[in-house]
Amino acid sequence: MRVATPRSAGVWTAVAVVIVASAAIAAQQDQPERFGFGRPATEAEIAAWDIDVTPDGTGLPPGGGTAVEGRSIYVEKCEICHGAHGEGRPFSQLVGREPRQGFPFGNQPSLVRTIGNYWPFAPTLYDYTFRTMPFDEPGTLEPDEVYALTAFLLYLNDIVAEDDVIDANTLPRVQMPARDKFVGDNRRGGRELR
Amino acid sequence: MPKQIDRLGDPVRRISRRAMLAGTAGAFGTATLPFGKAHARQQDRPNVPDDPTKVQGRDASELGTRSQFEQVRRSAGRSSSQTPHQDLDGIITPSDLHYERHHGGIPEIDPDRHSLLIHGMVERDTMFTVADLKRFPSRSVIHFMECSGNGGRSYRNRRTEDVTPQQVDGLTSTSEWTGVPLATLMREVGVDPEASWILAEGGDAAVMTRSIPMGKVMDDALIAYGQNGEALRPEQGYPIRLFLPGWEGSASVKWIRRIEVGDEAFMTREETSKYTDPLPDGTARQFSFTMDTKSIITFPAYPDTLPERGWWEMSGLAWSGRGRISRVEISTDGGQSWSDAELQGPVLPICHTRFRAAFNWQGDETVVLSRATDETGYVQPTLDELIAVRGIGTRYHHNHIRGCRIRPNGSTVFTVDA
Repeated sequence: MRVATPRSAGVWTAVAVVIVASAAIAAQQDQPERFGFGRPATEAEIAAWDIDVTPDGTGLPPGGGTAVEGRSIYVEKCEICHGAHGEGRPFSQLVGREPRQGFPFGNQPSLVRTIGNYWPFAPTLYDYTFRTMPFDEPGTLEPDEVYALTAFLLYLNDIVAEDDVIDANTLPRVQMPARDKFVGDNRRGGRELR
Repeated sequence: MPKQIDRLGDPVRRISRRAMLAGTAGAFGTATLPFGKAHARQQDRPNVPDDPTKVQGRDASELGTRSQFEQVRRSAGRSSSQTPHQDLDGIITPSDLHYERHHGGIPEIDPDRHSLLIHGMVERDTMFTVADLKRFPSRSVIHFMECSGNGGRSYRNRRTEDVTPQQVDGLTSTSEWTGVPLATLMREVGVDPEASWILAEGGDAAVMTRSIPMGKVMDDALIAYGQNGEALRPEQGYPIRLFLPGWEGSASVKWIRRIEVGDEAFMTREETSKYTDPLPDGTARQFSFTMDTKSIITFPAYPDTLPERGWWEMSGLAWSGRGRISRVEISTDGGQSWSDAELQGPVLPICHTRFRAAFNWQGDETVVLSRATDETGYVQPTLDELIAVRGIGTRYHHNHIRGCRIRPNGSTVFTVDA
């Protein structure tokens, strides 16, 4: 539910206008709450751009796919950059679960961060693949293709089974190995180094 | 004294730069030099009159250019380029030398066909043209922007010596930014008081996305369209970009076209698998936006050579994402003792601050370092101190103390040995 913006600021602005209307600084103080610039966005305009997918699955479209389906799409559109098994040559490595225990990235600079060992949320994989890939034709994949590729990459990372259907219902429920590893920023300035 | 030092320092810089060019020419041949002509050898220097007072100069022009003797350049790869801090004075970075980092190349955008959509937890989903945005009351601010990966090559390999300030720390620059406060736009669309995050999304091939907490949005976030008095450069987000003072550059989404208002972080790839900081305790710090206090010495620095003993003026830049620089100290004995450098005005919050300090070089092996303190009391740490709290595996926020080692023959190399 949307809650109305408090009006008190507007009231005080109006009072201020009355008091100082003739003062030289009035031009700075009597700015309205709204200027009325811009125009209402249409639902179609919002739908065309609103492509983000959040961890709870909000934004996931209809459709679905499995790793079996994703394999052929991957071979056609992804393998040239990411390698036959997602090993990441010449570009980003996508697959890897090592180390199975712990999360020692802070102490091991050589450890490669992958979907399997570092990504906390599975829906992010859909979001990023849909908005940016393939690199030479960004944003051209259909939802079913993205679901299938997501399923294939999760399968290569030993997170889902080869015939699991990945869709708007199942993807948010996929538990990523790095799910609980992230913490907020506790740096605050001052003398303490964090 | 400062003028005398300037006179001493200036020719040396030109000599060392020429020496660098000569080396490049030798390695690659003059045909591949990026500067069109090789200026390495004296006979190849631009032809100018022996006495410029005896001939009329050239006419006025519509667009100025640098002197043909000044060959300042960014160092550029495919997705980033670095500011040549060793060649610059003052605190403002010329717009065409501001560092770049992009995730899907630089898009070509017609400003008349570009809009900013704000929707989600607002009373009015609204589409703003660039002209609409320019009609709002504007604000101009002078702030640094730094990529959180800046300085990384001096963190992971502490023996790196033959690197310039540009190569180590060129991913920071300072500009005057002009735009409309994002808070103004939030009031315009009637933001829901329960909203706590926005998603900022770019109109580039990466459709770059970052989540920004509402506190920053309402505090000092800007939708910028101007940089150093002119429109943003394409590589800086033309026609509009988000600008978040003091925060890691990747959060200031360029070519911004959409802001979705929500009540949770959106957890995009750039704030989960990238731009997070694994810590030694087996967790990873997320949303580590603020750039910590840092300073770098821009002279002397590799590959400068001091041709003789005596007084020289050290110069450098200091900055903090949390406010003003309150102090810069320099050491000429590898960090055993420190003394205050002079801060050159203006000293602005969240801005590159130029510092200077004269030192008397006696021909000994000398390690010169700088250490900045900001107004919160944060003191720039040594590399060892930073690694102790962050771990060696971290990829961002490398603000440790650095400087240069002057060898007895006057040559210099980069160092982090404090």
